[in-house]
Amino acid sequence: MVTLVIKRIGFMLFTMIVVSLILFLLLETELTGDPAARVLGQFANEEQKELWREQHGYNQPVMVRYVKWLGNFASGNLGESIRFKGPVADVMLPRLWNTVILGFWTFAVMIPLSLILGVLSGMKEGSKLDRSISVFGIITTSVPEFASAVIFSAIFVFTLKWLPGTSSMSGGFEFKQLILPAMVLIVYDFGYVARMTRASMAEVMTSQYIRTAVLKGLPYRSVILKHALRNALIAPFTVIMLQINWLLSGVIVVEFFFAYKGFGALILEASLNNDIALLEACAMVAVCVAVTTQTIADIGYTFLNPRIRFS
Amino acid sequence: MTTSVTEMRTTGFGAALWRALKSFGLLRESWVGMVGTFLVVFWVLVAIFAPLLAPFDPNSSIQPFAGLGAVSAEGGTFWLGADHIGRDILSRIIWGSRTVLIYAPLATFSAYLVGILMGLAAGYRGGWVDDVLSRIADIILSFPVLVLYIIIIATIGASGFNIIIAITFASSPGIMRIVRGLVLDLRNRDYVAAAQTRGESDWRVMLVEILPNARGPLIVDACLRLGYVIITIGVLGFLGLGLPPPDPDWGGMVNETRQMAMAFPHMTLFPCIAISTLILGFNLLADGLREISLRD
Repeated sequence: MVTLVIKRIGFMLFTMIVVSLILFLLLETELTGDPAARVLGQFANEEQKELWREQHGYNQPVMVRYVKWLGNFASGNLGESIRFKGPVADVMLPRLWNTVILGFWTFAVMIPLSLILGVLSGMKEGSKLDRSISVFGIITTSVPEFASAVIFSAIFVFTLKWLPGTSSMSGGFEFKQLILPAMVLIVYDFGYVARMTRASMAEVMTSQYIRTAVLKGLPYRSVILKHALRNALIAPFTVIMLQINWLLSGVIVVEFFFAYKGFGALILEASLNNDIALLEACAMVAVCVAVTTQTIADIGYTFLNPRIRFS
Repeated sequence: MTTSVTEMRTTGFGAALWRALKSFGLLRESWVGMVGTFLVVFWVLVAIFAPLLAPFDPNSSIQPFAGLGAVSAEGGTFWLGADHIGRDILSRIIWGSRTVLIYAPLATFSAYLVGILMGLAAGYRGGWVDDVLSRIADIILSFPVLVLYIIIIATIGASGFNIIIAITFASSPGIMRIVRGLVLDLRNRDYVAAAQTRGESDWRVMLVEILPNARGPLIVDACLRLGYVIITIGVLGFLGLGLPPPDPDWGGMVNETRQMAMAFPHMTLFPCIAISTLILGFNLLADGLREISLRD
């Protein structure tokens, strides 16, 4: 168990370093085009570019620059955002917080919903209820987030006029504006979690100990609640943790569509405006969150599963 | 009559045709798979016959903000209305099906090519090859997908070819993992050992002996992945990172008109329905195929 934790954390750090190297090579070196031209625009002349390179230390060898860049990064000096004219950290943190709020409400609804549906359909594999839930899940995961955003807007904003169509929160925080973005994310994601829960539940239901429990005459209710669920919910734990990685992609689309001032919209804005420092910082944060949750998922899975924990 | 059928079953091409017909017959037993097949075939036909079906030229500006069923000055009807620069939405959806049905299979195929080769090498050779390839896959897969796409497109630019590269880069590690798992299972089979004793080269064993026997799960995965690649192409178009205008692309259509969606919802709604039904087709087809493969 301890060696596994150390191994996983070691791999996490290794991944972060490789990712930082990839980001550096892609965005800060000549590999994919002149960084000076990317920042100053294609109409800058050679003199301006040279001056910019001199000022920002781009004439030093690549390795020296990488080490310096990584050092700055590790010490929290993330550079200046060109688009927002300020330190990257000041721009990024409030946006990150907004996305945490959106993600929290999304998960708060999605997890119970998908677990309940998954357990219900896994209890009796192949039943009518099972087939309906699974087809419903396929339909909702087939609609891309931007399409369900359009469809929900057409229903709830245009036709019924129940909810606001944008979520910019310009007049302060308003929960009403959070409903549509969260709904889009929930509808797209719950099908997958429900499907995984179903598979796990169905597997548990065919196991020997459940058969024993049924045969010795325990009521069906307690077989499910006391015996099946405990084992069936181990796998979904991992899936839910990994879902955070998916959510980071989903929020980009949803925040862009509803003009929500979150982290996802910020990454997109940074990339569309060639704001390199901001894009690097956002990408590093996104990968850091993703890798951390993956590590927690792995360690948590081992911890929850006694068969692995004690071996 | 019966003899000719049995003969057909045993000869090479006949056997392949027979199996294809049989699997389609099996598909008929799963109504989910049938609905999926119907949706996919529908859009493929629309894409093939786009020039005949589209009432207008998809890129010419005719009558801005025309409503549903409005009639143009020259006599054609805008069945689904026109967008803000007067292009017929139905024609753009019809031509857009070509864009998506060309790029999505190409990108998926390219991702499979890379993923299968990596997976075969990792699973069959094992050792350091496996270690290196698996670590690379882990690292790529640890990125949130869309962040990866945004970074790639931001550095190499948005074009059809670059979208294929980006999709190949981001999805081949996932394919590699699946293939690797299948190969690890298959490489200890007797027929593989027989081929090795015959002195067949490694690549021949991997491609001729192992790969065809791993096709079942890969076909199901390819269907699902095709649906996912269509989502990706749509999302990139929607975010303004997709194919350059003016050629119609469903995601791009939503992006261009989403500012007007509150006043003219038809401009965004129909491309969304189009893309959703196509993806649904592939996903239902995959589900039907899986159901059948489990039954056997």
